[in-house]
Order: sequence, then C-alpha cells, then structure tokens
Amino acid sequence: MKIAVCVKAVPDAASGRRIDPATKRLDRSGELAISEWDTYAIEEALVLREAGGDGEVVVVSLGPERAVDALRKALAMGADRAVLVSDPAFEGADLLGTATALAGALERESADLVLFGQQSADGGGACLWAAVADRLRRPIVSQVSELSVDAGSLTGKRQTEFGYDTLRLPLPAVVAVADSINTPRYPSLKGIMGAKKKPQETLGASDVGGPDRARTTVIALNPPPSRGEARRIEDDGSAAEQIVEFLAERRML
Amino acid sequence: MKTLVFLEHHDGAIQKGSLGVLAKAVALGGDVAGVLAGAGVRELADEAGRHGAASVWVADDERLAAPLPQPRVDVLAKLVRDEVFDAVLFAQSVLAADVAAGLAARLDAGLNWDLVDLSADGVGTRPALSDSVYLDVGWSESPRLAVFRSGTFDPAPTGGAAEVKEAAVELEDFSLLAEMVEQAHAEQQGPSIEEADVIVAGGRGLGEPEAFSLAEGLADALGGAVGATRAVVDAGWYPYSAQVGQTGKTVSPKLYVALGISGAIQHKVGMQSSNVIVSINKDPNAPIFEFSDLGVVGDLHAIVPKLTELVRARRS
Repeated sequence: MKIAVCVKAVPDAASGRRIDPATKRLDRSGELAISEWDTYAIEEALVLREAGGDGEVVVVSLGPERAVDALRKALAMGADRAVLVSDPAFEGADLLGTATALAGALERESADLVLFGQQSADGGGACLWAAVADRLRRPIVSQVSELSVDAGSLTGKRQTEFGYDTLRLPLPAVVAVADSINTPRYPSLKGIMGAKKKPQETLGASDVGGPDRARTTVIALNPPPSRGEARRIEDDGSAAEQIVEFLAERRML
Repeated sequence: MKTLVFLEHHDGAIQKGSLGVLAKAVALGGDVAGVLAGAGVRELADEAGRHGAASVWVADDERLAAPLPQPRVDVLAKLVRDEVFDAVLFAQSVLAADVAAGLAARLDAGLNWDLVDLSADGVGTRPALSDSVYLDVGWSESPRLAVFRSGTFDPAPTGGAAEVKEAAVELEDFSLLAEMVEQAHAEQQGPSIEEADVIVAGGRGLGEPEAFSLAEGLADALGGAVGATRAVVDAGWYPYSAQVGQTGKTVSPKLYVALGISGAIQHKVGMQSSNVIVSINKDPNAPIFEFSDLGVVGDLHAIVPKLTELVRARRS
C-alpha cells in the first residue's frame, strides 16, 4: 500500500511565531519544523505500513525551499521519500492555492491513502483535506481517532461534537487524523542518519498546475481586544459569596 | 446581496451555532436564505423561518441522512451556482468545516475560517496565532465563503416564516463512497458545551475524576454544561465531547467557570472569547488568572460546594 502524508513546515514554536506587518503573512524566515499535528499522521502511516508488511510512505508538502530540512524529520521518523512543492508562485497561497498544489503533487503519486494531521499549527485552518479530497474526487473522513485498513477499504472512527461515528471508505481515500490516534515516535539516531540518503524531490508550479490567484486577502493586523478590568481575590472563606456577588452584578444569576 | 446559511441539524433540531450565524446574516441585511440537507428535515424549515430566514432551501433525500460532508457539497454547489449567492456562511463544526472547504474547491471560491465577526462591507475578523493578533480578512471575489468560530453569535428568534423551496439533489459518484456504519451515540449527559450559555469546566486541579461531580453540580445550578481540559480527557476523567481547547471545541459562552485549570495556551484558545471568565485555582501564578474577569486563589474543593448552594438558593 502506498500512503502519502501531507505535512506543513511551520515556524518553530520555540522561536516564536509572528505575522510580518509588511507582507501580512506568517514570518517564515526563522527555523522551520514539521507542524506538531502532522507527526500524528506520519506516525499512523508508519504504523499502517508496518502492519501491512510492505508499502511506501511519501511525505508531501508545499513550502519554501528551506522546508526540506523540516521534511527530513519525517524521513528520520521512517517515511521513505519526500516531495516538496516549492515555487514563488505559491507564496501567500490561500486555501485554494494550497489545495491545488497538494492535489497536483498527489495526482502524480496516486497513493492508496492520503493522510493529513488535525490542523495546521500556525494558520489554524482545519479543513484543507476536504478541499484536496474534492480536487482528487476521493472520499474523505476527518477527525479520525482510530483507523484500520484491509482489503481495499478503511474503517475510521470519527470524533464529532456528538460522540464517535464509525465510517467505512473504499480506497483510495483521504483521511485527516486527530491527535488522539497515536503517540508519534521520536526519530532514532539511525533514522536521523539514514534520512539524509532518502530521496527528496522538489516540484515547481508547472509540475502541479500553478495557482491562478488568491481569492482571500489579509487586509490589516490588529491587537486583540482587551478583556477589561480583571478582579482578583484570595479566598478568606468568603470566596463563594464574592463570586455570587460578582455574577449577580453582571446579571448572570 | 444574497446570503446562504448552512443550517446544520442533529436529532431533529437545528444547531444553535447555525441559528446564530443566521441571525448575523439577517443583521447584515440583504436576501438571507438557509439550506437544510438531510432526510426528513422539511419540518425544520419553520424553525429557520422563526429565526429570520426569508427562505429555506430543503434538500430532503435518504442519501443525505448521514451527516457526511461530500453529498452536502454537491447540493450546496449546485444551489450557489444556480441561484448565484454572494456569500455562504457556516458555523464551525466537524461537518461544516469539511463542507465549507469542499465547497471552496468545487466553486473555486475563497474561504475564510475561524471568523469572530463580519462587517456589512465584507471584512471578516479572524484571531490568529493563539488569538494574539486579530486579522481583518477579505475576499477578492464572490461567492465569499466563511466559517465562524462556534458560539460567536446568538440566535435571534424573530417569529417570521420562511418560504420553503426545493433544492435539487444531484450527487457525484465519489460523494457516495463514504458509508456511515454507526452514527454517534450520545455519550454526554446534559447540554452540550457548544449550545450552553454557561460552562463549568474542570482540569487537573480537581484532583481526581470523581471530583467532576463538583463541576457537574455547579453547572446544574447555573443551568449550564460541563467542559474539560485536554489533560483530563486524555487521562480518561471525562469524555472527549466535553473537551475545550485547540484539539477540542472552541466555545464562547456568556459565562465560563474554570475549576482547577491552569490555562495552558491550548486550552486558552478554546475559551478566551467567553463573555465572562471566572476561575478558581490554588496556584496564584496560574496563567488562567491573566485572562479571567474574576480570579479566585483558593481551594476549589472548599469553595465550589458552597458556591453551588448559594447559586441554587439565589436562582430558586
């Protein structure tokens, strides 16, 4: 079975994330790392490959050329190959631009299963997979907390606001996994050393069908609204009364 | 301006979040329609009418019975194309996010998500980077697709009646491939956190799973729902359906009471847009106090039973 995992290289959380006021885009000039949410999808792909005995795990990403360093972590975890779509034409791509790039790269791979993480760590979007699935004309299930694959179909348990749904999808299919699905492994030393020798391919806009134009824009950056005056008390035995008084003042009772 | 609002429904009722977005659409003005997709959903159109929809498109089909996104994309795409809607609005949910993104791809339309506001001239407000910055976002062309953060708007029952119209159901072959084997069995007791005006949430500071009865008692007294942090859900103290935060629900009730919750960023982004936040924590340095309207440093095990009793007395 061939599994493609879509991942995003995001500014490393440790070094902070900011939006560049000039471009109104995320500042990606610092160190990039694989989005933490995507490591669950990588882990799930590796588990499925190990369970199946053979197969291939390819990580697919859209990002600046420097993102190859971040993709190496996926290879160190055990993925076989990395494909990076990198082209100035995709700078500042919106949801549709990103979906176009990934769908284009995925068409070339024709994987049996395409995996996504639960959300991006920086943009906060949690729906890209559905746009990609529509482009690929494949079935989709998201928020999957349990996944099994056998004989040309998959069974997934989906977390929703109401509880858990169980769905069955024929392959090829697209699945977005929740972070409760597994515990991602750390790359071993051997894995890290081996990652450097694994194949990495970079595609341009001409390979995947470039974006035509962004349909959404960021107009301005503003500070978050202030919460107003906060009150702080130490419990001297009358905290319950004080809370009730506070709620009554605000007509909450 | 013609606006279409996706009306999500569950167990025979339209979700409060969808009705809230409908109220927002009505407030912005223009021609506002709702769309109901499902099986046996026709009677829900009245509810949409009472909440301000001038018309409701109903796609009633057995193949739409399960809450799956792709058949809904087919229905909405045809409707938006045929009727030429300028905007399609959604309230955030697992289903709505997948419908919105699928629809964006199908229509080649721009989608802005996680919005907490939208102006009449088409500028959305999106908190970003753990809500540390608020972006003004826009669309360069129609149709404009938007997903609003859950709990952002309150429903506004206006008492009107909607004209019911038939939406065509023409489904793509790949849209019918996903099959619902078993649909969610409600594992939660009491009201869901997305629908509630009051949430009492518990974290590690409760000390043990049994102490969630404190949160439940106070929630019951306040007429609210019980929420939980990721840490206690992961530990198996409380069901996932109650989880508030980055990997759970984003909620914005009128009142959020945090019991023994430190206020990690992953939790903060899920609840910080609540109107009023009251927190009780024994650690005076807990980050939750930085964004609480009332912060109480003390032992929740001593305070909450008394508070529950006082609230009950007050409300009876």
